Amino acid sequence: MTFRDWLVGTVVSTTMQTPTAKSIVLDVPGWKGSAAGQHVDVRLTAEDGYQAVRAYSLASTGPGDRVELAVDLIEDGEVSPYLVGELREGDQLEFRGPLGRWFVWKPGDTQPVQLVAGGSGVVPLLAMARAHAASGSEAKFRLLYSVRTPAEVFYADELASLAGPNFEVTFVYTRQTPPGWPHPAGRVSREILGSATIPAAENPAVFVCGPTGFVESVADWLVELGHNALAVKTERFGGN
Amino acid sequence: MAIFSRGFSGRPRESNPDLPPGQFLTEDFPVLSAGPTPRLDTADWKFEIKTETGQTLSWNWDELTALGLEDVHTDIHCVTRWSKLGTDWRGISLDKLFEDAETSFDFVMVHSYGGYTTNLPLEDLMNGQAWIATEFGGEPLEPDHGGPARLLVPHLYFWKSAKWVRGITMQRTDSPGFWEQNGYHIYGDPWREERYW
Amino acid sequence: MTHLDGNALAGPLSEVFRDDMTTALGRCASCGDVSVLAEALVYDAAPGWAVRCHACGDVLMTFVRTLDRLRIDMRGLTALEIPS
Repeated sequence: MTFRDWLVGTVVSTTMQTPTAKSIVLDVPGWKGSAAGQHVDVRLTAEDGYQAVRAYSLASTGPGDRVELAVDLIEDGEVSPYLVGELREGDQLEFRGPLGRWFVWKPGDTQPVQLVAGGSGVVPLLAMARAHAASGSEAKFRLLYSVRTPAEVFYADELASLAGPNFEVTFVYTRQTPPGWPHPAGRVSREILGSATIPAAENPAVFVCGPTGFVESVADWLVELGHNALAVKTERFGGN
Repeated sequence: MAIFSRGFSGRPRESNPDLPPGQFLTEDFPVLSAGPTPRLDTADWKFEIKTETGQTLSWNWDELTALGLEDVHTDIHCVTRWSKLGTDWRGISLDKLFEDAETSFDFVMVHSYGGYTTNLPLEDLMNGQAWIATEFGGEPLEPDHGGPARLLVPHLYFWKSAKWVRGITMQRTDSPGFWEQNGYHIYGDPWREERYW
Repeated sequence: MTHLDGNALAGPLSEVFRDDMTTALGRCASCGDVSVLAEALVYDAAPGWAVRCHACGDVLMTFVRTLDRLRIDMRGLTALEIPS
């Protein structure tokens, strides 16, 4: 037996967020809620006993019996093709969590917050934006979201509705921009970071999440731009 | 007790006489390692065999490759359950490298640039069973796959085929290497599914 | 191959430690750096994971998931400080 037991949730709904990514809402009786930015380990078990475990960030936050994940398909993956392609309403899903207390934003924190997302790395940062809105926090929030194309934006409508005086969202499209977009498609650079994020002088807490290469570049540039390395928290998804 | 996941079967498992138990076929060449990929220049590269007599046999890149590359056509099996059939390598036979080694010890510890180690019986490196591989698929071995040179011992699980190989030290007993110290099988025969101890 | 970071250790280490370990401070035996485990570099070569110091790259710990157990080797951690 393990100390932290595996929980079972029942899928109540799924939504394709992008052509390759699905959000999954689970009903988990007795769930004690999660802090914004936490993740769960999902475990799949085949009939022959074979198991595979992968970590996924929670999009949901706070109390309640509902747990929401968002999963991007990795073509040659083992778990994400099942979650995105096969899992449906009524299925049971085994997981443990909520996990991790480092990459977390708490509504009591009053300093400004800069979020930097690469692709599906937006999921735990969306949880922070949701927690920020739900708590009525007056902390200044800003999100820089690097994404390949407009069709690949997770939670596009919700991000648009969350945006306001206390939450500014900036998109960087790396492959294809919307029509009439003022900038050509291209990757996040140090210059873009410098101009589209909360300056180091305001001492923001910074959360960076995405593929490993993206996170390492961004974190290095943030330190070069004067941010305290201890104020930059990172979460890497791996990938190429 | 875990619940079963409806419709989940894991990787497709085929019945193929060339596949050891519990393995699945892949056409890719997955990259797995215990640390970052070292960037090695063949100009500074060397390979050493050290024995209990104090003898050190040493080859630089040109000396090693001058011993002659053999073609190796073989299947490889990773403990993470992928197998790749009919791969083509070129490398220097360990038989050649051990020709002048003075040792009565029966085991080796293989050392890599970057600090990785793995242990093997010497007899598993002899008689055309192991090579220092420098080419894969007709190309120089890429750094992510262990280039410029890795050990190739295809009859054992692939963690024994140490990437970025730097040298071999003879040892009296079969002392465990990096993964073997903490759970991987001391020998690692894929046909007997020796994954763990 | 690319690495993950110590955030990914939260689940596996929850099987062993009562508290969240991503916020625990670990001291590297090799360079003496003291950092939260969340910042460590994690090489997932399942069934084996290698956890390395983000400052010097040396191995802090390895763990291996076998069929019936989780083995943890803390060869490179000389101290752990767990916030309570």
